[in-house]
Amino acid sequence: MSNYYQKEIETAPREKIVEIQNEKIVKQVKHVYDNVPYYRDLMDKKGVKPEDIQSIDDIKKLPFLSKADLREAYPYGLLATDLKNCVRIHSTSGTTGKRVVAFYTQHDIDLWNECCARAIVAAGGTKDDVVQVCYGYGLFTGGAGLDGGSHQVGCLTLPMSSGNTDRQIQFMMDLNATILCCTPSYAAFIGESLAERGYKPEDNKLKAGIFGAEPWTEEMRRSIEKSLGIKAYDIYGLTETSGPGVSFECEEQTGMHINEDHFYAEIIDPETGEVLPEGSKGELVFTALDKEAFPLLRYRTRDICVLSRKKCACGRTHVKMSKPMGRSDDMMIIRGVNVFPSQIETVLLNEGYTPNYQILVDRKNNTDTLDINVEFSPEQFSDKISEIQAREKALEGAMRTMLGIGPKIHLVAPHSIVRSEGKAVRVIDKRKLHD
Amino acid sequence: MAITQLSAFLENKPGQLAAAVKALSDGGVNIRAMSIADTKEFGILRLIVSDAAKGKELLGTKCIVTDTRVIAVPMDDVAGALSTVLQVLDGVRINVEYMYAFTGSAAASAYVVLRVEDVSHAEDALKAAGVKTLTDEELSKLL
Repeated sequence: MSNYYQKEIETAPREKIVEIQNEKIVKQVKHVYDNVPYYRDLMDKKGVKPEDIQSIDDIKKLPFLSKADLREAYPYGLLATDLKNCVRIHSTSGTTGKRVVAFYTQHDIDLWNECCARAIVAAGGTKDDVVQVCYGYGLFTGGAGLDGGSHQVGCLTLPMSSGNTDRQIQFMMDLNATILCCTPSYAAFIGESLAERGYKPEDNKLKAGIFGAEPWTEEMRRSIEKSLGIKAYDIYGLTETSGPGVSFECEEQTGMHINEDHFYAEIIDPETGEVLPEGSKGELVFTALDKEAFPLLRYRTRDICVLSRKKCACGRTHVKMSKPMGRSDDMMIIRGVNVFPSQIETVLLNEGYTPNYQILVDRKNNTDTLDINVEFSPEQFSDKISEIQAREKALEGAMRTMLGIGPKIHLVAPHSIVRSEGKAVRVIDKRKLHD
Repeated sequence: MAITQLSAFLENKPGQLAAAVKALSDGGVNIRAMSIADTKEFGILRLIVSDAAKGKELLGTKCIVTDTRVIAVPMDDVAGALSTVLQVLDGVRINVEYMYAFTGSAAASAYVVLRVEDVSHAEDALKAAGVKTLTDEELSKLL
């Protein structure tokens, strides 16, 4: 028997959900068409008018949005309401230099809090719980999202943000945290750190964890559950859809329920854009049904997964998505941060290097590592080691500014990075992220 | 007066150093003096060779090479000879980036190769102190 934050809607019959979606999509398309010239243009080019959208089934007529559109529209191009109605922004990486800025009205924040509250209650949370939020707070949506959800449920919220493991553990043990929210790799790291300090899994008061912001395998789930003595729940979301909470796992742990009254999900063929039937593997596309400030219609997430409407023993009737199985683009998530090879290439070109590089990603002691081998040109070769090291440091600094995390740069001789026929092998990722 | 030193970038992988040196020997270029500065990932091989231009070309087939002007000071191979030279440079605040040495064929003679930031300033200072430095021609006669 499950706990629900909002039982009626979470267990509503299919017809009721569709009715809600039908009503909301008509209003939303009109709202976007009237207020977002950028998307109106896309609709006009495709020959689609708001009146053509009469029900949720008509959604496939609408044009897609992708990261490239968000970059082009930076900063206000996709804003659908007056700035004076907005109370916050969050931001995430763009594919090159321009970041993505998401806007929120108070209503948007309230909806988002509701979604995260559903996730926390599904994980067994009540107002008697102590929720430790170790996702980053600030522009990143992880901290804000789970913080909002925790407040909504009425839990005692520990707004730890990420890092400072000594302090995390001190508060976890002294303040009896019962629910942990952070990235799965940080959860694994905390598990190890507790063991190093002589704690056994039964010594902490944690009962559950809500982990996301990066892909993780079933193997990792079992390992975390064992080391912390908890049940580990998956959560999913992206800045473009407010943040975490678009979907969340229930006690069955067999997929994440998408909050279908707020987000409509489609699976498409990433090459053709064709909508695929239930059960097909393809790219996940989301439409925000009731966001006000920054409502994206048919946003291509680039995550590959499967949707299923099989009856779930938890009683929830909202469609389930599998854990993302990969990407249809080349984005990586490193230490919880979205990184695009094109961003790295932009920095190299700006700093006067040729785009001959290789990105090496690995995971050591549950922490992601990022190394970049960069070929220097003959003119850049200095006889002095200190100059070569100064170059590497300068490049590391420029990368950190662009990416939000600092890689280790290794300058290597020209032509030492293997050239391949056709597509260059730019990324070597040794981590096991997907089952 | 300054002389030409070749610097080669070698990745810290087996065979890199051997290949570079073989390229020189295959081309008949003799190494008179050398040093390697190393980090975990790469080394910089610095060489004084019998024919700088040819040496640069030969090395260039195996690795990245650059040439740098360095100062070569001949001195007696006795205690105190080097110290005197360094005092001169120190006296005018000239920083020595690195140095290495080789012995001469004449008895009790030695040469110290110095890399400094400002070559002409160092040359002037040494000349004023009566310290001789090698020219390219004099170096080639030695080799």
